[in-house]
Amino acid sequence: MAKKLNMRKRYELLTRGLGWEPTYQPKEKVFPQESYEGIKIVDWDKWEDPFRLTAEAYWKYQAEKDKKLYAIIDSFAQNNGHLNLTNASYINALKIFIQGVSPLEYGAHRGFANLARQFSGEGAQIACQMQSIDELRHVQTQIHTLSHYNKHFTGLHDPFHMHDRVWYLSVPKSYFDDARSAGPFEFMTSISFAFEYILTNLLFVPFMSGAAHNGDMATVTFGFSAQSDESRHMTLGLEIIKFIVEQHEDNLEIVQGWIDKHFWRAYRVLGLVSAMQDYMLPDSPMSWKEAWDIYFVDNCGALFKDLGRYGLRMPKFHEQATEESEHLSHQIYTVLYQFSHAAAFQTEVPSKEKMDWLSEKYPNTFDKYYRPRWEMYAQMEKEGKRYFNAGLPQVCQTCQVPMCFTDISKGNPMELSYRVSEFNGDKFHTCSDGCKSIFDHEPEKYAHAWIPPHQIFQGNCGGAEMPDVLKYYHFNEDDSGEYKGSADDNSWKAAHHNSNDDNDIKESA
Amino acid sequence: MSVHISTKEIKTKRTNYGYVGRRIGHDKPASRYQEAVYDLQPTTNFHYPPTWAEGKELYDVRNTSIVMEDWYSFTDPRQFYYSAYVMARAKQQESMDNNFKMAEKHKMLLSMPDELKASIKKILTPLRHVEYGANMNNQDICDRGYGSIITSLASLHGFDRIGISQYISKIILLIDENESVGLEQGRIDWLDASMWQPLRHAMEDIFVLDDWFEIMVAQNIVMDGLIYPLIFDQYIQEVSSKGGNTLTLLTQFMSDWYVETIRWTNQLIKVVAKESDANNELLSSWVIKWTERLNKAVLPIAQEAFTDGGKDKLEEAKCELLARLAKQGLKI
Repeated sequence: MAKKLNMRKRYELLTRGLGWEPTYQPKEKVFPQESYEGIKIVDWDKWEDPFRLTAEAYWKYQAEKDKKLYAIIDSFAQNNGHLNLTNASYINALKIFIQGVSPLEYGAHRGFANLARQFSGEGAQIACQMQSIDELRHVQTQIHTLSHYNKHFTGLHDPFHMHDRVWYLSVPKSYFDDARSAGPFEFMTSISFAFEYILTNLLFVPFMSGAAHNGDMATVTFGFSAQSDESRHMTLGLEIIKFIVEQHEDNLEIVQGWIDKHFWRAYRVLGLVSAMQDYMLPDSPMSWKEAWDIYFVDNCGALFKDLGRYGLRMPKFHEQATEESEHLSHQIYTVLYQFSHAAAFQTEVPSKEKMDWLSEKYPNTFDKYYRPRWEMYAQMEKEGKRYFNAGLPQVCQTCQVPMCFTDISKGNPMELSYRVSEFNGDKFHTCSDGCKSIFDHEPEKYAHAWIPPHQIFQGNCGGAEMPDVLKYYHFNEDDSGEYKGSADDNSWKAAHHNSNDDNDIKESA
Repeated sequence: MSVHISTKEIKTKRTNYGYVGRRIGHDKPASRYQEAVYDLQPTTNFHYPPTWAEGKELYDVRNTSIVMEDWYSFTDPRQFYYSAYVMARAKQQESMDNNFKMAEKHKMLLSMPDELKASIKKILTPLRHVEYGANMNNQDICDRGYGSIITSLASLHGFDRIGISQYISKIILLIDENESVGLEQGRIDWLDASMWQPLRHAMEDIFVLDDWFEIMVAQNIVMDGLIYPLIFDQYIQEVSSKGGNTLTLLTQFMSDWYVETIRWTNQLIKVVAKESDANNELLSSWVIKWTERLNKAVLPIAQEAFTDGGKDKLEEAKCELLARLAKQGLKI
């Protein structure tokens, strides 16, 4: 009679003991990236697989999920599901998503392949490998999900080209390049923990609930489909942190430093999400502030209480992030509003209903600081002087967000916040204590950054004039500017108001 | 009779994404494969230099000496993007699952002669580690390679190797009635038995190659090009003729997989060699170098696997491989 194996033992026999300590080549040469960051791993076998998934099980589950997802994507396209959105202005959220987020999924795919090769422990190796191909899934399913929208709306047509070049996309790109250019353990701390574990809900929930609330069946289906992958990734993020810290006492300080840094870096990227969430969704399920309170203040507060026994504490400057939560989206959307003539999305002054909603969600700040500004812009627009900022913004040397934040933690919510550091005789400007502290820790790294306004001035972005730059970005004429009267707005209205005598739509049999 | 359903027809603004349109024509509808693999990788304006590769960019064409005008001129004839891949594998997995269930239910492996069981364990078990190493090499290609077509392919190809190592483990566990002793012995053999050392040595030397395309050639073309025909074709046939025909069912995935692999490796070699004489020479020199080295490394395994004629069978696999590669344009 064959011995019975429980699932755990069976999994272990199928997956463990496959790697080996090389003897024909020195270990440091086979795994050259494992030690240079100063992290000490004593025993990789202590790694507990958070999810025991064999290759066979993976193929099976993922194929089932994809079958359902693609059936919905197909039916969405066949039935022109985009016509059921709340409003075409919602598409601006999708533009930010495919330009800013999808390329990061691709970067994660490559980054986790690096870990899958460079970690010598096979438990961690396989977990990273699974995440790597999951990320490939995410970028590809996002492309396929949004492909139908691209046929009907502006700004979605060249996301990967744009991600490498466009000024506001250097915010997410530089964050990811930051993590990627570091060693494997820092990458993992940054992406798996700071991003996937601490902050992913603040990215994912706004986009996916936003999709659900605005009639975007395709994207919300993608969101549900990716959820089980994401929960695996989050688990991995937590596991790796505990594992590293438990391996050697020297690791704690290094890891805490990375958590501090990448929390702030990732948080700054999410500033774009806050603007999307509060201003770009015609129907917002939840404000940034509400999301921050639940997903960061409550959930992460509890998480770090738990992690206290490993010696980890809340990331540095988290108090400032919380203090900013009543201002963040307003300040960032203002920048987007002012510079949307140079963006591949459109912006508009929030409607009266939207402003009332913002007053309700931001009782301490909106009416006092931001409503007057929007009313002024509305007035200017009425007078035919829709405001665009003709200059180029100065951006933070670390996070690359235009300098738009104010000194809230110092009690000056109307005063622009900036910090200055000197390095090699040059002055570098940052937007906050968080970004300055990151710069000062590795000035040679951040001094090296590809700063879009500087690059434009130096003529490295297609030429000296704005039209040259927009051409370099692959923007089309109808991608940018004011939403009202834009191509998306017009075709939406045409499709919804008078579908019988409309040019774009005809009945066919 | 056909039924016409009246639908609203909506004029579209454009046919496909710009990055696909530039490759296939802006008015041509794109396939899902094309949307999913072309030009996803960043190419320019990197912010910080990698701390792990001095003098290089995060994604760098200089990670190989192969020079391509366009790293997207090769496409996968199978057109695998993630979903197409997992769906294909899930289908194979289902039939493999049935094969294993049947073999287990009818104790089909247990009725094999003992010396045959011993031979299977001796030959197949250490290949788990070969697959694991092959996966590492493919993850390396995904990490340091250039262009989202080739790197995504390596990612999926590496994942297959994890699957194959698990299929081998399942075979050994079936023979051993779930005792782990065979798997443990296989590991000891891989680490110490003299017949495996030249291959392990070669594998570790491949791990440390600087040029990812050389890894591609050494691992996915030459090493697999010798081992798969020798073991998963010839050896399994031999086992089958000696009363182990169940093994044909339980290694179905591996033999199908290799036939499938040849399709894209052929295409890859053809496209890259055609690009320039310099590429052709480099590829040819790698093929010659690694065929010589790996032929020697696999020889002790071939001799152990076949009662007689192991050397000839390996020679046959080698000649087939070289002939096939010559047909793709290599000067060998």
